[in-house]
Amino acid sequence: MSAGDRFEPVIGLEVHAELLTASKIFCGCSASFGAPPNQHTCPVCLGMPGVLPVLNRRVVEFAIRAGLAIRCAIAPRSRWARKNYFYPDLAKGYQISQYELPICVGGHLDIVVDGVAKRVRLTRIHMEEDTGKNIHDAHGSESLVDFNRCGVPLLEIVSEPDLASPAEAGAYLRTLRTLVRYLEICDGNMEEGSFRCDANVSVRARGTTALGVKVEVKNMNSFRAVEKAIAYEIARHARVLEEGGTIVQETRLWDADREETRPMRSKESAHDYRYFPDPDLPPLVVSEALVAEVRRAMPELPDARRTRFVAALKLPEYDAEVLTSRRDLADYFEAVVAAHPNAKAVSNWVMGDVLRLLKERKLDDALTITDWPVAAAHLGELIALIDEGAISGKIAKTVFEEMGTSGGTPRAIVAARGLTQVSDEGPIVAAIDQVLAAHPDKVAEFRAGKDKLLGFFVGQVMKATAGKANPPLVNRLLTEKLRGE
Amino acid sequence: MKISRDEIRHVALLARLALDPAEEEAMTATLDAILTYMEKLGALDTSAVEPTAHMLELPAAWREDRVTNVSDTDALLANAPARDGDFFRVPKIIE
Repeated sequence: MSAGDRFEPVIGLEVHAELLTASKIFCGCSASFGAPPNQHTCPVCLGMPGVLPVLNRRVVEFAIRAGLAIRCAIAPRSRWARKNYFYPDLAKGYQISQYELPICVGGHLDIVVDGVAKRVRLTRIHMEEDTGKNIHDAHGSESLVDFNRCGVPLLEIVSEPDLASPAEAGAYLRTLRTLVRYLEICDGNMEEGSFRCDANVSVRARGTTALGVKVEVKNMNSFRAVEKAIAYEIARHARVLEEGGTIVQETRLWDADREETRPMRSKESAHDYRYFPDPDLPPLVVSEALVAEVRRAMPELPDARRTRFVAALKLPEYDAEVLTSRRDLADYFEAVVAAHPNAKAVSNWVMGDVLRLLKERKLDDALTITDWPVAAAHLGELIALIDEGAISGKIAKTVFEEMGTSGGTPRAIVAARGLTQVSDEGPIVAAIDQVLAAHPDKVAEFRAGKDKLLGFFVGQVMKATAGKANPPLVNRLLTEKLRGE
Repeated sequence: MKISRDEIRHVALLARLALDPAEEEAMTATLDAILTYMEKLGALDTSAVEPTAHMLELPAAWREDRVTNVSDTDALLANAPARDGDFFRVPKIIE
């Protein structure tokens, strides 16, 4: 038995999601990303003496929205706490957070790994303020601090230790990211740090229930990094225990270049936060009316949308799954259907040609495709042209490529390039006669019983008409000619 | 004693206070007296009282989510011990 068989990993994740509010959590500074250093600061977020925090209502609404989607209990009363520590990214010397009474408790998220569904329980969701950013490299003996991010609202979403593999951790994170983006509360950008994940990892002998000593792993900035860091830790724990050693409870940092974790300096990880209720903020009272207001304004969630695509639009489960896997894709699909209500045809185009085009343009990993290469209304028009019989499916592919490059409307492209399908019998019959005259041997073979040559003739006729001939008509006329004469 | 000399040293370290031995001793005695006094609260029966996190029972004072601050980076950086362009400059933080 290998170490991997003898030990069972136990993983819990803590996710910090930066909220998409206009302003910070306790002051009127902008919460947007990418401004010049310290542009979005004021006496409140810089922790000047005598200032008071005033809570941004939207932060509470977003927390409730997340809580309702994850089926948490929303606490009618929760409390703000000070988490005390000195570090130059936090000018006050404490972070305003929630500790004993968070706004959301419990709940669960359903994930699927290798086709197997699993329910992951959540411990809590609480609100807190983000910290500033330190830049260490610029000067030898000094660090620089930018407080723009300090006070940007965060949700900390904590799972129970229900995850049993790096793949499950990855699936949980992806599911959660899709959800926060559907909820329009966080953009889910791991590289820019607006969706961050720390992992608590331990192992125990398979078949036992007591938890092993856990290690907290930080500094992963992609899904891949989270999975690799957890896999590394599991292997390290198993190896240490195999060799008769013990695991030390500590915080470790993932080094993406060397693909290993290293302990943080013990001085930094020896935290003693001395939480206490923040006297500057009264307990937060969330009324049933507020919860009801948030519930009414809830955007449609992925599961509901998938179900609706199957029930109302008669899409196969598979299509619904692919289309709802990212919100912008589902939005795009629906915009195309609004332009031309042939859902299955639209689904085929979106899952096929549109996704291929995105991949070619390396947009498939983009967070939201705000500037789709082919406008939804144009794709709808293109599919309408096929359904009307104005162009063939084959010609449509050519038109689509040109739409992707020129941005032109399909009707304009079809007209400009003379691609309209030929449905008049005259020119088609002429093309057929020409093709049959050019291949007397093949005609003889067909008439001798080689039926599959029909495909060859169809191809030749389509070629002779530059692909514009109406294919069903070509089929019918060809068959008549070949059999009739 | 309600508090030990070691706890005083630990709390001082967390608060970034450099106490000399005489100050440590004085602080231990002072805090001990305060904690002894606070212990009187323990004599009350609070089993039927909701834990209190705040002295005032206030309805939530919300802000609407609007950007109201005009940035005045120079004025704010005027209070910085040192600056570098628009950054606050601080002693090196070792990762």
